[in-house]
Amino acid sequence: MNPENYLILAAILFAIAAVGVLVRRNALIAFMCVELMLNSCNLVLAAFAQMRGNLDGQVAAFFVMVVAAAEVVVGLAIVMMIYRTRRSTSVDDANLLKL
Amino acid sequence: MTSLLPLYQITVPTLEFRQLAPVLLLFGAACVGVLVDALMLGRSRRFRSEVQMGLVLGSIVAALVYTVYNWRVSGGGELVAMGALMLDGPTYLMWSLLLFFGLLAVMLFKEEKLGGGANAFASSAAAIPGSVDEAEADRYRLEQTEIFPLTLFSLTGMMVFVAANDLLTLFVALEVFSLPLYLMCGMARRRRLLSQEAALKYFLLGAFSSAFFLFGVALLYGYAGAFDLRAIDAAVSNPVYGRGLLYAGLAMLGMGLLFKIGIVPFANWIPDVYMGAPTPLTGLMAICTKLAAFGATMRVFFVALGGEAWTWQPIFAVLSLLTMVVGSVMALTQHDVKRMLAYSSIAHAGFILTAITGANQNVPGGQPTAVSSAMFYLAAYGLATVGAFAVVTLVRNAAGEENDMAGWSGLAAKNPWVAGAMALFLLSMAGIPLTGGFMGKWMVFSSAWFGGYWWLVVAGVLTSLVAAFIYLRLIVTMFGQAPARTTFVGDASYWTWIPIIVGALGTVVLGVAPDLVLGPATMLGSFLR
Repeated sequence: MNPENYLILAAILFAIAAVGVLVRRNALIAFMCVELMLNSCNLVLAAFAQMRGNLDGQVAAFFVMVVAAAEVVVGLAIVMMIYRTRRSTSVDDANLLKL
Repeated sequence: MTSLLPLYQITVPTLEFRQLAPVLLLFGAACVGVLVDALMLGRSRRFRSEVQMGLVLGSIVAALVYTVYNWRVSGGGELVAMGALMLDGPTYLMWSLLLFFGLLAVMLFKEEKLGGGANAFASSAAAIPGSVDEAEADRYRLEQTEIFPLTLFSLTGMMVFVAANDLLTLFVALEVFSLPLYLMCGMARRRRLLSQEAALKYFLLGAFSSAFFLFGVALLYGYAGAFDLRAIDAAVSNPVYGRGLLYAGLAMLGMGLLFKIGIVPFANWIPDVYMGAPTPLTGLMAICTKLAAFGATMRVFFVALGGEAWTWQPIFAVLSLLTMVVGSVMALTQHDVKRMLAYSSIAHAGFILTAITGANQNVPGGQPTAVSSAMFYLAAYGLATVGAFAVVTLVRNAAGEENDMAGWSGLAAKNPWVAGAMALFLLSMAGIPLTGGFMGKWMVFSSAWFGGYWWLVVAGVLTSLVAAFIYLRLIVTMFGQAPARTTFVGDASYWTWIPIIVGALGTVVLGVAPDLVLGPATMLGSFLR
């Protein structure tokens, strides 16, 4: 199969996820969309590693996974903190900082 | 099996410990700091913050000494850690500045006298605001001493970020320095709902922007077949594949970097985060994050994408114009001092971006390069900013910090020294002669002028006139109006006074004798390719 198809798939995933971050109100779902964006980047990296004939891209995908895991730890801590305070994870409710 | 062996031969990585010592020292101290928090329980708990502060100060000073020593010994210009980090002139310059400003900003973290024996961070970040748990944590004078190792982790990430020689290291470093900042943002002692909201916004937008950054990295990898900055530079000069990948990658990578700096279409987070975060942390973010992001932007765009300068220079010119104008105009309309300083930091980012737009890298006759002029501006801006945020922590009312500008009226009558120092910082930010800010503006504008962007310089000078009103308005409020009744200047320990005094002295010194910083900055002003 032509590896370029993977790039197209990754671009579609990235676009869907980016729109998801912008339109979904729930902080958790928005955060999951960010993770989906990172995963589509992994797909691009792996596809290019295949197309360019070196392993750098595949190794990079592992680094991205580790970083994504670290991001989950920090992100869920922040979302939990907000939820315990307000009993809501809607990003529309977080509107105190306006002037 | 034997035929496969050469394929799986892994070279044992080597690390240059002497050259990497500044980074490793901070990282080691941060790890020890985590252990300190885990092991100092019971009675010894009271001494945690002293031990942590000792670790922070010791490691930063040692790293600073090591940086200067390494620069003296090796003079700059070597690849270390298997080609992951480039230690050239700008790296040493940025490391010194990052460590110096990190040291100044972290002192504010330890200020306890001002808040009646409690620092600016929540006693227990996990306790729900207004709950019994929180009251109990306050009563027992618990402290979230994790802020010190988190700061060290963040500084480590920033140091790697400005030195990274490949895009993967750049991405990992970006996350390493951002994640602790997201956490600490939500840990203010007062106004915790605002603080938590700032953390959520910073985190979601930061993660969103770093996903764009990573997609750009992946596309550039596809274009060049490698992550190394010089390999990308080679691929830009001798293209093998179509330019579409390069342009898409450049745009998305740029978005991620410009978000961290706070350039206008991507700067919406700055006012909210700077306002909601605990003020000492705002001081750290305002200078160190900006410096690291500017350093990495310049390295990526000059070293890897320098061959495409004619593509990105016009875009940067428009963005810097937008940033200067929007930052200055929005700052004029603010009533909250922290928010005003946040918008003014956006405007400053626009001024510094003019130097990058000029992109002059090797000027004959020892003229300052884009890197050295941007770093000089950041040094001047950093001294004024750390000092200004230190003053913001000093001006208080019964509930805590008084951030409303109305409360600042007549501050000079209550404490002429504090008001005078604040006026000095504001004058420097406005770019009045005989302060560091004036020299900084002069440097970045001349850098842009030599790069051929004279119209941007004209626009920049006009905008800085508008921007001067922002600062003069607060000075007039402090000196010309009747004193506000509920505001007072808090009784602070030397942890607050040192940053203010160093900031004030540095601002004057940079204005009167700029060569002290300009000399080394010019010498260290060119990236090694």
